[in-house]
Amino acid sequence: MTKKPNEFSIAEAARALRAKEITVKELYEACASEARARNEELNAYLELFDADTEAIAAAQARIDTEGDAAPLVCGIPLAMKDNILIDGKIVSAASKMLSNYRASYDATVTKKLKAQGALFVGRTNMDEFAMGSSTEHSAFGTTKNPIDTARVPGGSSGGSAAAAAAHLALAALGSDTGGSIRQPGAHTGLVGLKPTYGTVSRYGLIAMGSSLDQIGPLTKTVEDARILYEAIRGLDPMDATTIPEGLYTTAAVGERMRIGVPYHLLEKGVDADLLETFTATLEKLKATGHEIIDVSLPASEYALPAYYVVMPAEVSTNLARLDGIRYGHAARGKTLLDDYTLSRTEGFGPETRRRVLLGTFVLSAGYIDAYYRKANAARALLREQYTTAFAKADVIAFPTTPSPAFKFGEKSDPVSMYLEDVFTVTANLTGMPALSVPMGTVSRGGKQLPIGMHFTAPHQQEERLFAIGAAVEKVRYA
Amino acid sequence: MATADDVKKLGALARITVSEEELPKFTAEFDAILAYVGQLDSLALPKDLKDSKPPLRNVFREDENPTPAGTWTEKLASAFPAREGDSLVVKQIISHD
Repeated sequence: MTKKPNEFSIAEAARALRAKEITVKELYEACASEARARNEELNAYLELFDADTEAIAAAQARIDTEGDAAPLVCGIPLAMKDNILIDGKIVSAASKMLSNYRASYDATVTKKLKAQGALFVGRTNMDEFAMGSSTEHSAFGTTKNPIDTARVPGGSSGGSAAAAAAHLALAALGSDTGGSIRQPGAHTGLVGLKPTYGTVSRYGLIAMGSSLDQIGPLTKTVEDARILYEAIRGLDPMDATTIPEGLYTTAAVGERMRIGVPYHLLEKGVDADLLETFTATLEKLKATGHEIIDVSLPASEYALPAYYVVMPAEVSTNLARLDGIRYGHAARGKTLLDDYTLSRTEGFGPETRRRVLLGTFVLSAGYIDAYYRKANAARALLREQYTTAFAKADVIAFPTTPSPAFKFGEKSDPVSMYLEDVFTVTANLTGMPALSVPMGTVSRGGKQLPIGMHFTAPHQQEERLFAIGAAVEKVRYA
Repeated sequence: MATADDVKKLGALARITVSEEELPKFTAEFDAILAYVGQLDSLALPKDLKDSKPPLRNVFREDENPTPAGTWTEKLASAFPAREGDSLVVKQIISHD
């Protein structure tokens, strides 16, 4: 059976475009028409853009004249998370607060992608302001998992994951504050990368937790994740937290890697069949020459509690700017204070309000030492333990999530939803790069649901992640 | 233990109203979250980590290539909920009587 163009990986499409087997217009139309046909059911996109005929023609001309020298993302239709700015387009962060807000400039990642000839099919649904693990917290309806529409696609980049997994775009961009790229990636059978903090500019990303947020790709293959990552990364004068190449010392790693596994974290809470697949995948990697070693990361037990202090603190600060005065939802009362309070109360959904209140609490006098400062210390301890572990391991591995995608409404109390990120948050707290790669499936209610294997590498060592991710792809069905 | 009163006070600080109907559920959930993050209490820290600061480096740069005045005015003003020319209309907060 031959693949339809929208089912191509970026690498396959780039080859087909250069071989003149397909035109940019045909490729774009294949994604856009599939999106038009399926979006009502999936709600992956909040908005499908009109085809930008000028950009399509320019991308085609560039491939025709430059051939192999044209950027790999040239002419590639992508899906964009609704918290990344595209000049002139609405960017709502799936919030009523910004439902009519139009971006006044391009995010740096948008600018880079446009300059390389990439195309945007539409903006994708998400949990409001990227807060959630299921896309159920969107103000504009839930997104369905294309693999089992009774289940969530994960979140917060759930729309991006659903769009790429259902071939409504060749790949997507998401943002990851505690696992928001990697967890939906795992739940939809995609590769998800959270780059090293500071590698990709956050200029033009609607901020959630500024010490944690990174933009990254959701793709069908590890090779594609590398292509998109290379296309968007780089030092940016508009984001002072971006870092130069070589800020961290990097060591070359051979083809055979030492894979550190914190077995003490996997003793409870992980589904048995998921753990079985994880162990079997490790065995296969071992059989191809990689070494498996036991590592100890005891502070990981405190990672999620620390995250739920640091993140809401930053959320409450970042979202303070949304007050109904200069832009966004603007309700009017008797006094100026009423204007602020009414706009925020009406504009924010329940989860956003909950986290703003939580952040206000942990930063308030009398509690800041017990919560915020303690959490920051836990974060430093975690980073130290990871650094120690990386002295004997090249990468650290565990499952991306404890379970496969869950059903709508299944995690209605906040803490059970927060536990979805129990493994992934560590990389945001340490700033280290991390990748989720599909490792197989588990059966639930007669459906085969994808599950992900998660690798963390030291700062600026994305290359190790691409290498080990490719190794998993190779052994997965062996 | 968080009380409904605490949640209301936090709401006032954060300029968000929690309605009377939502208050019991919100308070209970808030309590559960605080109990969860309260685990941090039992984390024993090595002495030298107590005052830990994140790794910092100087990112100062020259202020150069300023944007010509007016470049963004129309784009930003078009997002104002209410405008008069290029000005943002807000409630009068100082009375002249």
